[in-house]
Amino acid sequence: MPEPSMTSLQRVLTTLSHKEPDRVPLFLLVTMHGAKELGLSIKDYFSKAEHVVEGQLRLRAKYQNYLVCNFYYASAEVEAWGGSVIFSADGPPNSGAPFIQSPGEIAKLKPPKVKQTPCLVRALDSARALKRMVGDEAPVIGVVMSPFSVPVMQMGFERYIELMFERPDEFAALMKVNEAFCVEWANAQLEAGSTAIVYYDPVSSPGITPKQKYLQTGFEVAKRVISQIKGPVAIHFASERCLPISGEIPGTGAIAVGVSSLEDLAELKKAFNRKMALVGNLNGIDLPNWTPADAESAVKNAIAKAGLGGGFILSDNHGEIPFQVPDEVLTAISESVRKWGTYPLTWVKDYA
Amino acid sequence: MSNQTKLFTRADKEELQAYLDKFENALLSLDRLAARQILSEIMGRFKKEESFRTLEGIIVPIMEKIGEGWEKGDVALSQVYMSGCICETLVKELMPAQAGSSQNGKKIAIAVLEDYHLLGKRMVKSVLLASGFDLIDYGTKTAAELASSVIADGVEILLVSTLMLPSAMRVKELRRILADSGNAVKIIVGGAPFRFDKNLWKEVGADATGNRATEAVSLIHKMMEGKDRA
Repeated sequence: MPEPSMTSLQRVLTTLSHKEPDRVPLFLLVTMHGAKELGLSIKDYFSKAEHVVEGQLRLRAKYQNYLVCNFYYASAEVEAWGGSVIFSADGPPNSGAPFIQSPGEIAKLKPPKVKQTPCLVRALDSARALKRMVGDEAPVIGVVMSPFSVPVMQMGFERYIELMFERPDEFAALMKVNEAFCVEWANAQLEAGSTAIVYYDPVSSPGITPKQKYLQTGFEVAKRVISQIKGPVAIHFASERCLPISGEIPGTGAIAVGVSSLEDLAELKKAFNRKMALVGNLNGIDLPNWTPADAESAVKNAIAKAGLGGGFILSDNHGEIPFQVPDEVLTAISESVRKWGTYPLTWVKDYA
Repeated sequence: MSNQTKLFTRADKEELQAYLDKFENALLSLDRLAARQILSEIMGRFKKEESFRTLEGIIVPIMEKIGEGWEKGDVALSQVYMSGCICETLVKELMPAQAGSSQNGKKIAIAVLEDYHLLGKRMVKSVLLASGFDLIDYGTKTAAELASSVIADGVEILLVSTLMLPSAMRVKELRRILADSGNAVKIIVGGAPFRFDKNLWKEVGADATGNRATEAVSLIHKMMEGKDRA
């Protein structure tokens, strides 16, 4: 078997074109594990851009990861709007009490200025440095929260659902201000060095929003925003289902979709029918319990279901690997991709 | 539903089912006015059957069905939540007597551990209130704070709602603090981490877990009857 010769970026671009690269690309979304590598607490790790840059580079080398990421944590967007963030010793920083306490406050909201907001500037600095370090060898992945999903952190899930269904005017006002911020934030990351943007949108999942409502709301928001982002966009459902809206999601303009372990990769591959590449779908919550053998089995199974013909990037299903996942499991995932993911996947036809 | 409906004639049951189907559709369409109207009609039509007027006979089976629909992927979480809110309001409006009464044989409380994702807690609380339970809502607390409150208030059944894995892992710490104090409160956990990892509830020292809000009702009944022990 010839030694694969493509760069990580070439592999990713090839699979996004629904062609087979030399090997299935692996997006190991280890956002917090860099803290372990540097011997820092998660809070200290995220306090400086150079920490995240160093962490991402070390993790890329350690796990032969096919990307680096200038994403910090989802609640950074809440921090940017003036909300509070709760740091923990063993998990992603979480959003504190919602900063929108009533729908009446929405009219007064002003989006944060991206280039003057410290937590966003750190991520931009990281994108710039990572791009400088990896050049065109690997993609630098930036992240935005969808304007349709971020209100869960801005105002609390229950108040947001009530707003979505019962207060259309305030809902529209919130989407307008969130969309303006999201577009500016995404484009600032691309300008700084990110190769592509992941648009996290779990609230658009039919598990959370009925399809009919999604088509009137989250779908339209995504279409408007993605059309203004000046680079490739992947839409990610952060562990939530998307199969029932697989016919509609390509209409958002995104080129890839992050899928859930709750849905079958083979069914998803068939449903998206080469209109979008799949990113997924190892069960992130279950990963801390896995043995290396479990990891190999799951990787093999995922590649068998979705690898043929390209259009597939192996990753977890949430877009953020839990801090508790041990090195040996991450290493096993990486090694298994090299073992089973080298094209052509001749073994798949005999795989039961 | 079967306990309530066995008192009815076949014609009654058919008529009742038609009403309940309409009630379910009104909830899933988030049509508060229609839901109120249908529930009023059901209560008026079947007034003679006192047993049927209990909240459990009307609302809980529908909420149970909607919850099952969510598990199967046929119903969205937002519909489950809004249905619960509508039912909670209707209970207060139409059945004030039941809303004020309590089914509790034990002191029950609900909380979220170190997290401000409160939707799951609110959903479970709605179902329990609509089922005639009283409960203390502790909101968001740390494991140590929650343990202190549980001990001070003499809580016997504690429901903990989670969204993030670190919050779910805090249940282990909560259980340890309680055990160190000699407290054996029954802990029921729920939320995404426990759906994605089927054994996690045992690992953190919980006594039970539920995949959907309405399961809390049957789990509490089992605990009150002492049937939760293996």
